[in-house]
Amino acid sequence: MNHHVHLGLIDVSMTVNGVRHEISASPATRLSTVLRDTLGLTGTKVGCDAGDCGACTVSLDGKQVCACLVSVAQVQGNQIQTVEALAKDPIGVALQAAFARNGAAQCGICTPGMLMAAHDLLKRVRVPDRAAVMDALGGVLCRCTGYLKIIDAVLEAAHGQIISSVNAAAKQSIGASVEKLDGASRIDGSAHFGADFAPADSLWLRVVRSPYAKARFETDDLVAFAEQHPGVLRIFSAKDVPGENSFGVYPDIKDQPVLADGHVRYRGEAVLAIVGEKAALESLSLEALPLRWHVEEPLTGVIAALAKDAPSLHAFRPDNILTQGMVETGDVDHALQNSEFLAEGVFETGFVEHAYIEPEAGYARRIGDRIEIFACTQAPYMDRDEVARVLGLSVDAVRVIPSACGGGFGGKLDVSVQPLLAIAAWLLDRPVRTVWSRIESMASSTKRHPSHITAKAGCDRSGKLTGFTMSGDFNTGAYASWGPTVANRVPVHATGPYKVPHVRNICRAVYTNETPAGAFRGFGVPQAAIAQEALFDTLAEKAGLDRLEFRLLNAIRAGQTTSSGHLLEASAGLPECLEKLRPEWQKMLREAEAFNATATTTRRGVGVGCMWYGIGNTSMSNPSTMRVTLDAKGTITFWNGAVDIGQGSTTVLAQIAADALGAPIHLLNSVVGDTDRTADAGKTSASRQTFVSGKAAEIAGAALRAEILRLTNAGANAVIVFGGSTIVIKDGPQTTNLDLTRLTPGKDGAVLEGIGSFDPPTKALDAKGQGVPYATYGFAAQLCSLDVDMELGTIKLNKIVAAHDVGKAINPMLVEGQIHGGIAQGLGLALMEEVLPGRTENLHDYLIPTFGDMPEIEIIIVEDHEPLGPSGAKGIGEPALAPTAPAILGAIRHATGIMPTKIPVLPHRLWERMQEHKHS
Amino acid sequence: MAKYLQPVTVEEAVSFLVADNDSEPHNRLSILAGATDFYPAKTTRQAWGQPMPDKILDISCIKELQGIVASKDHLRIGALATWSDLMSFSLSPAFDGLKKASRQVGGVQIQNRGTLVGNICNASPAADGMPPLLALDAEVEIASANGRRVLPLKSFVLGNRRTALEPGEIVTALNVPMPEDREKSVFLKLGARSYLVISIVSVAANIAVDATNRITVAKIAVGACSAVPQRLGLLEQRLLGLSMPEAARQIEPAMLASLKPIDDVRASADYRMDAALTLIKRALAELGNQSRQAA
Repeated sequence: MNHHVHLGLIDVSMTVNGVRHEISASPATRLSTVLRDTLGLTGTKVGCDAGDCGACTVSLDGKQVCACLVSVAQVQGNQIQTVEALAKDPIGVALQAAFARNGAAQCGICTPGMLMAAHDLLKRVRVPDRAAVMDALGGVLCRCTGYLKIIDAVLEAAHGQIISSVNAAAKQSIGASVEKLDGASRIDGSAHFGADFAPADSLWLRVVRSPYAKARFETDDLVAFAEQHPGVLRIFSAKDVPGENSFGVYPDIKDQPVLADGHVRYRGEAVLAIVGEKAALESLSLEALPLRWHVEEPLTGVIAALAKDAPSLHAFRPDNILTQGMVETGDVDHALQNSEFLAEGVFETGFVEHAYIEPEAGYARRIGDRIEIFACTQAPYMDRDEVARVLGLSVDAVRVIPSACGGGFGGKLDVSVQPLLAIAAWLLDRPVRTVWSRIESMASSTKRHPSHITAKAGCDRSGKLTGFTMSGDFNTGAYASWGPTVANRVPVHATGPYKVPHVRNICRAVYTNETPAGAFRGFGVPQAAIAQEALFDTLAEKAGLDRLEFRLLNAIRAGQTTSSGHLLEASAGLPECLEKLRPEWQKMLREAEAFNATATTTRRGVGVGCMWYGIGNTSMSNPSTMRVTLDAKGTITFWNGAVDIGQGSTTVLAQIAADALGAPIHLLNSVVGDTDRTADAGKTSASRQTFVSGKAAEIAGAALRAEILRLTNAGANAVIVFGGSTIVIKDGPQTTNLDLTRLTPGKDGAVLEGIGSFDPPTKALDAKGQGVPYATYGFAAQLCSLDVDMELGTIKLNKIVAAHDVGKAINPMLVEGQIHGGIAQGLGLALMEEVLPGRTENLHDYLIPTFGDMPEIEIIIVEDHEPLGPSGAKGIGEPALAPTAPAILGAIRHATGIMPTKIPVLPHRLWERMQEHKHS
Repeated sequence: MAKYLQPVTVEEAVSFLVADNDSEPHNRLSILAGATDFYPAKTTRQAWGQPMPDKILDISCIKELQGIVASKDHLRIGALATWSDLMSFSLSPAFDGLKKASRQVGGVQIQNRGTLVGNICNASPAADGMPPLLALDAEVEIASANGRRVLPLKSFVLGNRRTALEPGEIVTALNVPMPEDREKSVFLKLGARSYLVISIVSVAANIAVDATNRITVAKIAVGACSAVPQRLGLLEQRLLGLSMPEAARQIEPAMLASLKPIDDVRASADYRMDAALTLIKRALAELGNQSRQAA
């Protein structure tokens, strides 16, 4: 054999999933690229291109590898297996079934990698233990599930225990752990995420981003540059934007340019969009671009931005204060002066990255006078409206088709690829696609707001809260994004789920030259809860009360009024959560005491954290409309505009609609989130889809049922048998047939339809934040037991017990999945996650929890019926995360005597505090 | 001009390197084996539109560099031997630390592709292979047109991302002298999460005790606390002749004076220094427990 010198393409012969392929490729091409782009096997996902996330895990000659780290020249003659092969393999089939049964796939972007890693394990070790599963899958990151259901699924597949699949009958769907309706496409790799599909003749778009946090720039001849570079077709700049060169979630604050107009305000801001052939764009050295930078001193952090002489980021906010939100009731200064016990503190949290494993991606194409966009999103209708503005079109001229969404957590509520793709496709009249790299995604996308919170609380001798006040500065970065939402939501929630008579909460969102902070699971509430819960631990201690009992004593209850003046009429389940946690709490305390009696370098601590969370938008209309139809063949279609970002709304809403209609859920065909085909269900955020869209689905299902009963003169309790062009209505002894073919079809071929709309009733907040901000609230309390290594400052979580009042668990398995995932993100917030712009733009410098970081989790579901909700249900997405960090931080304090004030509690931070503590 | 070279012998690889004499270091050949460092670096450069390495010397087809061979005197770890290869190779307890480090490098995907030699050549201060290999007195075998030379590992890595490799040279293997039978080893890694984590501090210790339980061999190395992971000679000297419990008590911060940790995104310098001390004590305690159990 002789050596090979490759200057151009090489011919590679490899066997993929049993099929031999002869391909020609540039030798350094990654195997992941060949699988996806050349062979069309898009089940292999790309999350980082750096071996950090494991989403691209495939089997190479029987060993799991990251396909992004293998050159095609290295697979000559090799055997490769991808997720697409699993369905033909008994171990693969067992794994896929177990993943579906256990709810081990949420968004599904990591699922192929998880399955391939698990497959690699089970081929080597037929019956592994839990530790072996974690070691084998430890190279794959998941941001949705919290990993526990994945471990369960692998163990179940290995041990061959098969729990029978749920087949919910009519009227039994709600409350059943129905397998996800879109689950099959997640476990076989067939779901199309943003990067997985585009028209064959698509051009590629690459964004040029500012490497500077603040700078001015000029461009020279971009046309000449394009002409000099083969494969580059056009370079778009700010002046090419056909409509308004701005976007932003608030109608009156469109402060972010699609392409910067001579001035950048953060590192990662989009400056130019280059369109051309993929390979040419990828290898383009941007140093040669005709861009001249004039770098300026950036404003970093809120203190710099609020300084008297600080330059303004935006002319319309000369003081850099984007918004201030406030809630005030009673006379808090007086109340605190007269309180028996006081607690105060200053707390800081950092930027947190969503770290969805799917970077932003999609395509756009022009169809006559309309534009069509396929992309990952949490808010297709908002995307539609933004794109229409940017192109100068009416909203009717824009169609948004959401791709499968590989995680969002708030980070895909803002537009990302959409306006850029739309501009290019519109102006070139060619389909244009883009896939952002992990680094590009992390540099450019929104983050959780860093917070700087000063808070003070008081209680009387008996431990009853007397007053609470906080003032928080939240770093909203260079552009508004959801900053106003955070500034308004935080003051409403900042007392926590307690009855506090005197309150003054002020929250400002402050512009800086940092990455824009937007929506991230909780809109600022998790940061505020860290401060408030810490102070309440102090008060409990001072009042001589057990920390859980203190919370129970002060827990807000139905019949009481919030600090916003909202009388809670029903469904305030915190007391029940705490009461159900009490036995475990006492057990944990006893265990910690026993452990600490003999431990040397490790101390065990337990903590409790509570939260409440207003479901839906804060004092703003956020309606949803759902539709259920029957066509002449008897097909039931559920037209559902709510985007499922992995949490399971496609399944939950179908469960609700099916039960309201009285049809088995498997008879419903869902059409999900296409702005041309479904009605506006609002965005998938604020934990609102189960409550708001769920209510709309319930009304829609009930309306179609009522229509059928009306046409057949049947009573309300009649049973309808669906399944063909004739439906049978059994009303007591009487049976009536309804021949659907005799009805006149309307739009979409529907012969009968039910439409439901719901907008949760709220009332505007006045200048003192008084009103009805939300129609209902979720409540929760979590307990944490952990061990602190007193020498190293490292922390090992033992167990979290989570009690959540969800009103009604429509699908308990999916509720558990949300809680697991929320806890994982909460522990990341508390212990390891912190974005340092420019220094943590990848998934090895920015750490999210892995398999080994998760504690055992026990879940207690509390169902305090919400009269407005579908079957009494409320939301769970954000409530799952909010109490976790407070519970962990309280446990750290219990173990060490140190109240953490700078979050995350990295090992060296806790060590430094312990050193100070030792010496004081 | 992009180039992808796949030699099948060391001599061919060397001849490519000799011919590769661009004055700009970033225009020279990138040596690629498991590619677990090459592609992430490429990803970063590509994201910011920086020029990317496009001249590649892929050594993965050189049979001579594959695998691990144990002889009476040496363990030879070929330049293509992966972490997984090392883990599945039957070795004496003196290699337990190296095996443990292998299990903690990335996930299984990385362990299946990444090589020990690549880890050394990448010359990261936090390279997890370095402390255990230093504690094993590993040597680096280097080939060039002039033949082969051997350098002690501690002389091979010169600084952060800097090695003693000259133009025209390539590392062919790591040679580890076979430790004495009594030698035991341990590796402790401190990171901010449990899997897929870059070390804040790592410690490897190889210790042997005689029949009277006195320390006869003490080799202790610390990673991520200086530009190059290093052995702690002062400390090692002090430990000789002591019993294990005595040894744990004898450790003082002054013996770690050669460490020069830095503040970075992962931890502060002061913390690293203190954590190194803690981990060394724990490493000795763990080895002490092992000896007791063995006795």
